[in-house]
Amino acid sequence: METERIVGTSAPRKEGRDKVTGKAVYIDDMSLPGMWYGATLRSRVPRGKIQKITFSPEIAWDEFVVVTAKDILGKNCIALITDDQPCLADGVVNHPEEPILLLAHPNPHLLSKAIQAVSIEYQPLPALFTIEESERQDQIIWGKDNTFKTYLVEKGDVDSVWAQADYVVEGEYTTGAQEQLYIENNGVIAAFDPDRGMTLWGSLQCPYYVHRALMTLCALPENKIRVVQTETGGAFGGKEEYPSMIAGHACLLAMKARRPVKMTYDRAEDMVATTKRHPSRTRHRTAVRRDGKILGGEIEFVIDGGAYTTLSPVVLSRGTIHAAGPYYWPSIRIRAKAVATTAPPQGAFRGFGAPQSLFAIERHMDRIAATVGISPEEVRRRNFLRTGETTATEQTIHEPIDLNRLLDRGLELSNYHAEKQRFARENASGATRRGIGIATFLHGAGFTGSGERYLASEVEVEGCADGTVQVLASSAEFGQGTKTVLCQVAAETLGLPYEDVGIAQPDTGLVPNSGPTVASRTVMVVGKLVQLAAEKLRQRLRAAGLPEKYSRDEFRNACAKYVAEKGALKEWAKYQAPSGIFWDDEKYRGEAYAAYSWGVYIAQVAVDLATYSVVVEDFVALQEVGRVLNPVLARGQITGGVAQGIGYALYEKVVWENGRMQNGQMTNYIMPTSADLPPIRVYFEELGNEHGAFGAKGIGELPMDGPAPAIVNAIENAIGVRFDSIPLLPEDIYAGVAESFDVAGAPPSQGAR
Amino acid sequence: MSHPHGQREISLVVNGEAKTFRAYPMERLLDVLRHRLGLTGAKEGCGEGECGSCSVLMDGALVNSCLVPVMQAQGSRIVTIEGLAQEPELQALQEAFLECGGAQCGICTPGMILAAHHLLDKKQNPTLENIREGLAGNLCRCTGYSQIIEAVAAASKRAGATE
Amino acid sequence: MRSDPADYELVSPESLPAVLSLLAERPGEWLPIAGGTDVMVLYAAGKLTARRLVSLWNLPELRCIELRDHEICIGAASTYTDLRQHPIVREEFPVLASAASWTGGIANQNRGTLGGNIVNASPAADSLPALLVYEAELVLESVRGERRVPYISFHTDYKRTVLAPDELVRAVCLPRRFAGYFQHARKVGARNAQAISKVCIAVLGQVINGVVEDVRIALGSVTPVPLRLSRTEDVVRGSVLDARTVQRARAAAIEEIRPIDDIRSSAAYRSAVSGNLVREFLTRLAAANDKA
Repeated sequence: METERIVGTSAPRKEGRDKVTGKAVYIDDMSLPGMWYGATLRSRVPRGKIQKITFSPEIAWDEFVVVTAKDILGKNCIALITDDQPCLADGVVNHPEEPILLLAHPNPHLLSKAIQAVSIEYQPLPALFTIEESERQDQIIWGKDNTFKTYLVEKGDVDSVWAQADYVVEGEYTTGAQEQLYIENNGVIAAFDPDRGMTLWGSLQCPYYVHRALMTLCALPENKIRVVQTETGGAFGGKEEYPSMIAGHACLLAMKARRPVKMTYDRAEDMVATTKRHPSRTRHRTAVRRDGKILGGEIEFVIDGGAYTTLSPVVLSRGTIHAAGPYYWPSIRIRAKAVATTAPPQGAFRGFGAPQSLFAIERHMDRIAATVGISPEEVRRRNFLRTGETTATEQTIHEPIDLNRLLDRGLELSNYHAEKQRFARENASGATRRGIGIATFLHGAGFTGSGERYLASEVEVEGCADGTVQVLASSAEFGQGTKTVLCQVAAETLGLPYEDVGIAQPDTGLVPNSGPTVASRTVMVVGKLVQLAAEKLRQRLRAAGLPEKYSRDEFRNACAKYVAEKGALKEWAKYQAPSGIFWDDEKYRGEAYAAYSWGVYIAQVAVDLATYSVVVEDFVALQEVGRVLNPVLARGQITGGVAQGIGYALYEKVVWENGRMQNGQMTNYIMPTSADLPPIRVYFEELGNEHGAFGAKGIGELPMDGPAPAIVNAIENAIGVRFDSIPLLPEDIYAGVAESFDVAGAPPSQGAR
Repeated sequence: MSHPHGQREISLVVNGEAKTFRAYPMERLLDVLRHRLGLTGAKEGCGEGECGSCSVLMDGALVNSCLVPVMQAQGSRIVTIEGLAQEPELQALQEAFLECGGAQCGICTPGMILAAHHLLDKKQNPTLENIREGLAGNLCRCTGYSQIIEAVAAASKRAGATE
Repeated sequence: MRSDPADYELVSPESLPAVLSLLAERPGEWLPIAGGTDVMVLYAAGKLTARRLVSLWNLPELRCIELRDHEICIGAASTYTDLRQHPIVREEFPVLASAASWTGGIANQNRGTLGGNIVNASPAADSLPALLVYEAELVLESVRGERRVPYISFHTDYKRTVLAPDELVRAVCLPRRFAGYFQHARKVGARNAQAISKVCIAVLGQVINGVVEDVRIALGSVTPVPLRLSRTEDVVRGSVLDARTVQRARAAAIEEIRPIDDIRSSAAYRSAVSGNLVREFLTRLAAANDKA
């Protein structure tokens, strides 16, 4: 293999210049002639039957276009997995902020007043606000039993391990909702022409998801809908499925108004009305041998999906599969369920179930260590998965990953042992207590099980007459570097300069469906397809006379000649499931993911005993990712994900009241500023991988999994108080400390753990 | 005393160009820049002065333009990201952002670059602490700030080198 | 943006007398707006009830810092940046300079004003405890004339002040007699920058021969109006600064405050942290005295 020229280098971001000069065009920067503006009237009660809608007379309603469920020509639902979520509530609302009707007007400033001028009378219906209330089933608010989905994973003979156990370790771990908080709020523009059909521009991750949803909603055929992704200011999963809703709304208004309609949310609406990370509760019961080896155990994993299904079954799936962590379980039973509550539906957020269940197992490992009397490091070493061993779903790990060695490196990079000893000494006095904590974890890349086969992704690579090459894929850029790395892959494969390769804007009228931009699949799955299509393109040109080794000019001439003589020069590649990947959807067993990335994260924290606040002072993020295609971009993914993980652990709390977020403003929903975060130290290992482009695996979501448990483990090390719930705010730390500390205000003596 | 109602004549200098137009005095400077003047570089991320993506310079001071009624900008010199692109020193910042990965999704980037420019204007050799403080009013959800801070540090070294 | 700009008037008279005439003409009708960092947030959220506003931004009479022998008078429209940069504020009133540096980020410091912070009267305002310990006096002005009010009497209840409908805060005057004091301040927010305070403390102390000659303790965010902890001060003043005094002071402080549960924090947390901050201050005061 030749030395790679582009892959593995920090090729400059394709759209970078536009972003640093303010030229990049986001949806709210766009305007169409004759465009009107839309707004949504939302439920002001948790759950109820709509009795009466009154339009107050002081508004000139004849100037407005009003859309209700009755205006929907297709099916009143946001097509996704289960079609249970209405686009507009029809007679009943099942959560606060549920959309009921839509208004459009040429003057956006009149919309807020108009929304206030619509009053609705409701007959209240019973509401459930927590996992516990939902599973008790005192009321049924969804389906027959408030349960969107369940999974059962069984391996070995769990019931027999208890008798052999030297210890039975139990724990319950909970995580709260988390708001994606992309700095660009949701926004779309819809334009409808009776002949050409519907065009929708928007800030989104998955143009084809929106396309499919609009087909169902608007009863339009496939070729009469065009969805175009505009420059997207952050997404993190929050724009995976939600945009179908706002897009549906804008389209309904555009069809009725016969004009283009722009809908954008302000921060308050975006925060209270759109999806968040599923809150979770995990219960562990583990049979452990004297030396800390896990014999087997039971895990109950529950997520709170809000009022409608959306993606809960898939979030549950990923959380379930990751619940066992990077460890070998001779036997295990995982019972998982996603339940309904009266809240706006939860949805995709980076990690997608794994941060929840990995928080639990990583806290639980420290608990096992404490029970058995060994160190957090040692308990992990004794249980790490090894090449050739099977996971909870009985997938044999073929990757040559050596987690012990990875942990060695992480401990060395963080100076773990020396720091831990130093803290134990220094913590004896003083108002600041320091601690250090470990999290080890994995993250599967691509869709679970048969998901990729079902997606059947396609990409195209086109050779243009001027010798440049265009990648055509539906993978969206929203900061992660999609455009850059896919062009790097194509350029490398074709032996062309990076500057000669471009990528089309994801426009369903132009690009094939390469699946959604989610699940850490872009580089691994779509990148591989780009590599294959580019190779096919090269072969096509070779067959037409291009020599084996060619210069840039020769390539250009070959393209020009081909296009002149034969027309379009386009090659495509379609996903083929690798052989030997077998997944049983019934038994939830088999090869869950084609590849895993592996992480060792180590957090060092300082707890201020005067204010109970925690500051992360040092953070080592070490991961094995197959191949780093672009060092600057890869590092950016990790630092950004770790920052979100630190927020998840220590800062970001959704305050709920009767199913509605009360702190829907940036002043009161707290994400870290530059003054709150340490430099995040990022290190990679590359063992390659047969499946991904140039051996790359996914990295987008991995960094979300490790920070929270590493931090909470560190806090326990610092002050000797065990916390099993996040977010962990100073108020919570105070409450825990007040219970544990003696009257004089001193913490219990430092346990040497 | 009679008081004018309705739109008023507003004159200000934006990116070195004199602009005169009619606007309601309580139109936000952010909206005036974006919709009346077509300068969409400044963004609305929160409307409460928390995220800094609307940051511009007003008479040399960094301000959140979502919190400035245009009437209070009467007669001011406003500089937006579009204006900064002309200055050579900013080119060092922009280049540094590109090299260091300081821009991912890009939505915070115009405000962030303005805040960095404002910082470097006031402090030629900022420490990492100075940089953290100078950017603390600009939220970034993508980067975790590491590569932004590196970009600003790199740009300040370069600027120092050429003096 | 949930308000319609067409519904609002904003006038910007060129001088302070012109502003005062306007306020006198129709008392209570015109809402003064300085840097806008509070008013514009309400406006964008559709929650601003006032429809007519008068701008105080950059009025030269209000944005100036006047130094006299015995006091410094800070124009009410001085921004936090103005405070941070003024050499005498930094040197003689470091607690106020610190508070200014903790209020919002740089962009909000360039626009937020001391007068705005005072009149908005949020119990969580960062600069108000500093004004209490420095025994600030407010200069209030209207067409009827000028009057001085000790800052400690300015707030009467949650978000209520003695300001008459035709009156403005013109200046904040601080006596220049605290240079010899040990000065300390700390803000506890949800994060290190750009955070609304959960608790903040401003404290001055003077110890002579191990005895506390004078002490001033003010806490923000723990009472409906910013509070001087006078009963706690009484416990400490005149006492030997030893461990017992520190314990008694801490207990007295917790007794004296009335923290609440709200969206940002809890009463229990605010209470505990207040006690810790008082203890922390007195411990540092003792240490500083030992060194001297």
